Amino acid sequence: MKKHFKLASVAAAAMLTASTAMADGTLVYCSEGSPEGFDAALYTSGTTFDASSKAIYSRLAEFDTGTTNVIPGLAESWDVSEDGLEYTFHLRPGVKFHTTEYFTPTRDMNADDVIFTFERQGDEANPFNKVSGGTWEYYNGMSMPSLIKEIVKVDDLTVKFVLNRPEAPMIANLAMDFASVVSKEYADAMLAAGTPENVNQMPVGTGPFQFVGYQKDAVVRYAANPDFFRGKADVDNLIFAITPDAAVRYQKLKAGECHVMPYPNPADVEAMRADADINLTEQEGLNVGYLAYNSMVAPFDNPEVRKALNMAMNKQAIIDVVFQGAGQIAKNPIPPTIWSYNDAVQDDMYDPVKAKAMLDAAGVSDLEMKIWAMPVQRPYNPNARRMAELIQEDFGKVGVKAEVVSYEWGEYLSRSKDKDRDGAVLLGWTGDNGDPDNFLAVLLGCDGVGGSNRAQWCHEPFQKLIDAAKQESDPAKRTALYEEAQVVFKEQAPWATIAHSIVHMPLRNEVQGYKIDPLGGHIFYGVSLK
Amino acid sequence: MLSFLLRRLLTFVPTFIGVTIVSFVFIRLLPGDPILLLAGERGVGEERYAELIKQFGFDQPIWRQYIDYLGGVLQGDLGTSFVTKKPVVTEFFALFPATVELSLCAIILSVALGIPAGVIAAVNRGKFFDQALMTTALVGYSMPIFWWALLLIIVFSSGLGWTPVSGRISFMFFFDNVTGFMLIDSLLSGQKGAFLSAVRHLILPTIVLATIPLAIIARQTRSAMLEVLGEDYVRTARAKGLSPLKVNGQHALRNAMIPVITVIGLSIGTLMAGAILTETIFSWPGIGKWMVDSIFRRDYQVVQGGLLMIASIIMIVNLTVDVLYGWINPKIRKG
Repeated sequence: MKKHFKLASVAAAAMLTASTAMADGTLVYCSEGSPEGFDAALYTSGTTFDASSKAIYSRLAEFDTGTTNVIPGLAESWDVSEDGLEYTFHLRPGVKFHTTEYFTPTRDMNADDVIFTFERQGDEANPFNKVSGGTWEYYNGMSMPSLIKEIVKVDDLTVKFVLNRPEAPMIANLAMDFASVVSKEYADAMLAAGTPENVNQMPVGTGPFQFVGYQKDAVVRYAANPDFFRGKADVDNLIFAITPDAAVRYQKLKAGECHVMPYPNPADVEAMRADADINLTEQEGLNVGYLAYNSMVAPFDNPEVRKALNMAMNKQAIIDVVFQGAGQIAKNPIPPTIWSYNDAVQDDMYDPVKAKAMLDAAGVSDLEMKIWAMPVQRPYNPNARRMAELIQEDFGKVGVKAEVVSYEWGEYLSRSKDKDRDGAVLLGWTGDNGDPDNFLAVLLGCDGVGGSNRAQWCHEPFQKLIDAAKQESDPAKRTALYEEAQVVFKEQAPWATIAHSIVHMPLRNEVQGYKIDPLGGHIFYGVSLK
Repeated sequence: MLSFLLRRLLTFVPTFIGVTIVSFVFIRLLPGDPILLLAGERGVGEERYAELIKQFGFDQPIWRQYIDYLGGVLQGDLGTSFVTKKPVVTEFFALFPATVELSLCAIILSVALGIPAGVIAAVNRGKFFDQALMTTALVGYSMPIFWWALLLIIVFSSGLGWTPVSGRISFMFFFDNVTGFMLIDSLLSGQKGAFLSAVRHLILPTIVLATIPLAIIARQTRSAMLEVLGEDYVRTARAKGLSPLKVNGQHALRNAMIPVITVIGLSIGTLMAGAILTETIFSWPGIGKWMVDSIFRRDYQVVQGGLLMIASIIMIVNLTVDVLYGWINPKIRKG
């Protein structure tokens, strides 16, 4: 980066003594890692999204901060055709792209920008398709190439998406990070200048903060966008201080070197709660950790056997030991923060005696099985090895001899997809767009067998319900269908649903208005410092 | 001298090729498919997988991939990280000065304290001061870096507020990256307080990184000094009535320095290993953490490119030292 900008006004306040000094109106966030780049569509990690799409960009539709509800963004409104195949978006007039030291836009955001945003990801002929080694993982992962037939410019402020099939979660998909609208004018200018990769390295968006500079692995700087269409942010400057170690993040928070930190060590949570300077906020994460039986292999093809094993499992002990309080028992395959969560569903009660009787009734004795433990940490499973050992112990009490196995992470993901896989797999999922379809269809749909459906479970009544829900645009009807699907899931028990994590977010007391994003992002628009 | 230099340069070529092969093969020997790791729980369809394999060139035979890689290296292209999509060379040079700056400060500190401590301990052999110093050195040598760093942060940063917790400079300062060395850039920026801030940020990581080399240098100096202090010429110097300062400082220390300098040289290499942990704890944007992250992500281009760059720099330093030795000592030059 050639151009850096000087914060001369604050330089005078040079910290000769205090390590805690922070400029007024500057919010410092101790982020957990470095962004891979700033063009969100190129990447898949939440760390990159926080530093790019959440701060710098906007989308046609957006998630209302703190919820999974979708609200208008760059599109003021939209219409969906009767057959669910045409989505017409009416763009908000007068939206400005950022004016920075490296780019001054000459026009407002319009339909050309929206079309360019998606065309560069889907059209190999687009000159930006291969820039920055683009593989457009999310665009492909959300099946956009087969879903979108064409995107038509109706007029400058109207754009129409024509689909190949109805897709009820379409609006939620367009609120995802990969759908962040980029400036075609800026991209064209960079292409003409022979520096197209600057779109990724020196981003220009319409979001609440504009990019000021990035020093690799150290700090990202932003300034509030004075023209943001929802109004200028309450803080003037936003700083991401990259601090990979959680214990160090905590020390920085205590020392006042940052205002907000993500992902505290579970062991530090109690001390944070007791700290008078820190406001520890918490919320359920949009995730689920589960144990998927292989429903194609006997005796796990029998729902009664699966249910019996679920009842043999002491989930509370798992929550206490593995999550150290940062988790809650899961009874459904979707987390409680998602709409259509069916709270009426009863979880399988922990009852080893009954579980043993059910196994006997099913004619299962001297069962030997494998439990696969992931080799990595995830919010939905902070210690899979420990979790597997606890389950092994529980299963032992009902006469099931379990062996814990593990593989290198890539191998684990690959081998666990096999239809004839030996054993039950510990895995989990973090939602992308707050839509139940993103859990139920991906993880339990018939299309996922041999792939993301680790239970290899294809159950017609369940599939019919989720198919109907996917094509239904009335939210109330969709909710009812998903609620019923959760009942069917619980009866059939292809998984033992184990836990949803609890996200802790420690803030310094002076931070006001911060809302935990159930989708896992870290959003600083609407945050102020008192 | 010219033929000596040419001989040395010739050995450079096979070593360089060897390093490219080792760095290329090393990361590929590790189990783990980079594409599957990149996709994570979301997974990737068979068709898409095949597309990506082709795009990254992994569909080619391994020897072909190596030839392409070597061809790129000879043209100064170490490839592009498939995680960040940025050229490896650019990323390396953005981070390398931070590692060099920290390592230099650590080596200066360990030499500045380690040698006098070793001399004092040797002169006071068996006395309380000797025992206290050597016990402290042993503790320093055995100290787990992670624990030591956190302890210093908790006491001096969070507790007393004397030093910042982590980073290279306060966020208040923002200036052009001229050399990449924060001490120099902060001076060049002309911003009041910037240099002081950079120094304050260097204190704890320097202490942590210097701890082990300091302990080694102190112990090595002590044992080398003890050996020299028993030599005849030292006894003669004493008998001549020279002051203890002159005997120990001028006669003994100068001769004891030869093994100490060797240890210092070796410490520079081991600093890189220590820098990985130190950089992680102090959020120090250097190459140690960058390399480790890349190994976990199986980011082939970064790992092989980074290894090659580090190895090349060490080779160049060694070559320079060899040439200097040859220049100073004709016996080596002609050997």
